[in-house]
Amino acid sequence: MTAAVFFGCAFIAFGPAFALFIFTIARDPLRVIIFIAGAFFWLLSLLLSSLVWFIAMKASNAEDTKVQKGLLIFGVMFSVLIQEVFRFAYYRLLRKANEGLAAISDEETSPISVRQMAYVAGLGFGIISGAFSMINILSDSLGPGTVGIFGDSQYYFITSALMTLAITLLHTFWGVVFFEGCEKSRWWVIAVVVCLHLLVSGLSLLNPLYEGSLPPVYAVTVLMAVWAFFSSGGSLHNLSLLFTSKRSEVESS
Amino acid sequence: MNTSDSEEDACNERTALVQSESPSLPSYTRQNDPQHSTTEPKRRRHANSDSEAGCVTHGGVGTATEREPGHGPDGEDEELTLKYGAKHVIMLFVPVTLCMVVVVATIKSVSFYTEKNGQQLIYTPFTEDTNSVGQRLLNSVLNTIIMISVIVVMTIFLVLLYKYRCYKFIHGWLILSSLMLLFWFSYMYLGEVFKTYNVAMDYPTVAMIIWNFGAVGMICIHWKGPLQLQQAYLIVISALMALVFIKYLPEWSAWVILGAISVYDLIAVLCPKGPLRMLVETAQERNEPIFPALIYSSAMVWMVGMANPSQASDTADRSAGRYWHRYCLRISPLIRRRVKLGLGDFIFYSVLVGKAAATGEDWNTTLACFVAILIGLCLTLLLLAIFKKALPALPISITFGLVFYFSTDNLVRPFMDNLAAHQYYI
Repeated sequence: MTAAVFFGCAFIAFGPAFALFIFTIARDPLRVIIFIAGAFFWLLSLLLSSLVWFIAMKASNAEDTKVQKGLLIFGVMFSVLIQEVFRFAYYRLLRKANEGLAAISDEETSPISVRQMAYVAGLGFGIISGAFSMINILSDSLGPGTVGIFGDSQYYFITSALMTLAITLLHTFWGVVFFEGCEKSRWWVIAVVVCLHLLVSGLSLLNPLYEGSLPPVYAVTVLMAVWAFFSSGGSLHNLSLLFTSKRSEVESS
Repeated sequence: MNTSDSEEDACNERTALVQSESPSLPSYTRQNDPQHSTTEPKRRRHANSDSEAGCVTHGGVGTATEREPGHGPDGEDEELTLKYGAKHVIMLFVPVTLCMVVVVATIKSVSFYTEKNGQQLIYTPFTEDTNSVGQRLLNSVLNTIIMISVIVVMTIFLVLLYKYRCYKFIHGWLILSSLMLLFWFSYMYLGEVFKTYNVAMDYPTVAMIIWNFGAVGMICIHWKGPLQLQQAYLIVISALMALVFIKYLPEWSAWVILGAISVYDLIAVLCPKGPLRMLVETAQERNEPIFPALIYSSAMVWMVGMANPSQASDTADRSAGRYWHRYCLRISPLIRRRVKLGLGDFIFYSVLVGKAAATGEDWNTTLACFVAILIGLCLTLLLLAIFKKALPALPISITFGLVFYFSTDNLVRPFMDNLAAHQYYI
């Protein structure tokens, strides 16, 4: 029973992300490095925001639960802002590295484009963010225990897994859109990404009222997916080409 | 108990092994001489050493590059260096990750390696079971001082052995050491795994398994063998060594030792009078490869000029290299490169991540240390590509690892736990 929950939640939370990693990133060494560096930058942002929250928590009254809850919410919002700051910092670093790679390459262009780096960086952020949210929960789901024995929700594991999946995909899409916005100097794009991130985290504050948090978050995910698709150069024409070429391949074979 | 003695033996052998690895030789790029490429092991930069069982530890990374005669000017070298650089980083990421995965998996499942029953290595005689924090700190610092001095003494001893051409001694030491690791430690490990999973097993079967494992390992590492099998064995013995360290080093001493070993690595490889540097220079003067028996070589391993049979060492590396040589020379006339990482680096990275996994239920700390170490390795290799000389592989990774361990354990863990309790997502 616990094994079923463990595998189920693990695959829900990490299946798409790992599939993306294996099919698009694992074969290219440069992308793997950018991926790991992205994860590192997210970790740095988490470290910084945890530090701030920890200091605030220690400075305040530990007994007062309302204050502690307020501080936690403040921690969440602050962490979101810091994550976006570090995403921007990573963008700047990658731009510089890209220029370096282009300079030393013989074809005058860098082996990897900014759009690819945006996607990889976004996925890096997403996977490490999802891992940090989900891994402890997954390991707990293996052990003996009863879910919600004190009256909490029965659906803790599955909703955590679904939320983690949404967050992972969202980080990927935000990465793509964010970098594109920075490239084209469209600062409103960045503002919208930050606001959406704050919105998603804010929606998660409604938990355990899952009807209030999960469907809206998934709606935002779908929206971001569409936006990222169009932002990275996709179009309806491309999509139709994809389907027609498949059909013609089938016909010719 | 026997453990101490065997540890000592292991240490001695390990030391020998370790010492025999040389840190990278200084860059050959400037000294390139196309005419001599086929006759001498020139343009080769070695990678480094490693460290072992509690005694001497050196880490280091280097790149071996061989260039075809008549290759372009240095500018093209730069480009190819950096182009192939990413591939080499991944070639080192994979074995380091595998070693860490083996160690973490063992730590989380086999409780033997996290049980402390008062046994310690003789190199860390001061106990940490004291009442006051100050006393405990003092004991751990003293343990570290003893450990590091043992390592320094062993290193110098090895450099002297090498300088006075006592190759047979070093060889014997090396072989005894790997015997110990491949047979005895793996037998212990197998026993503990069986105990954990309550598997019924009989002695004849175990004898068969251990005999086969050990014999094939000895052959692969010290003689000829398929490259991937050799790499697998090196990863396994690094993991075994790391597990022994995790079990027998007391808590605080382990952390202080990790820090001290990085500093020592930095000094030994970079200072002009450092023992490792002297070892490298001696090897360079004699134009011989330095006992590459215990360095992990990446997939594109390939040793030009190892065809020179006069040298003592007869390792799988060399033979595998000769094998590849015949094929590669015809097929790809471009730059053939190899990156080597000392086994000591594997061991200490795994010790750090293993200790992170051993303390508590939290997986986030382990994950954070893992990412930190990989990024440190990446930065080290980047520096290697820029400076093109022997570099210690431990300092950057271990520093990042330690910083992330302590900060994640104390700052991030309560934050994430609170968030998970309320199901808030950031």
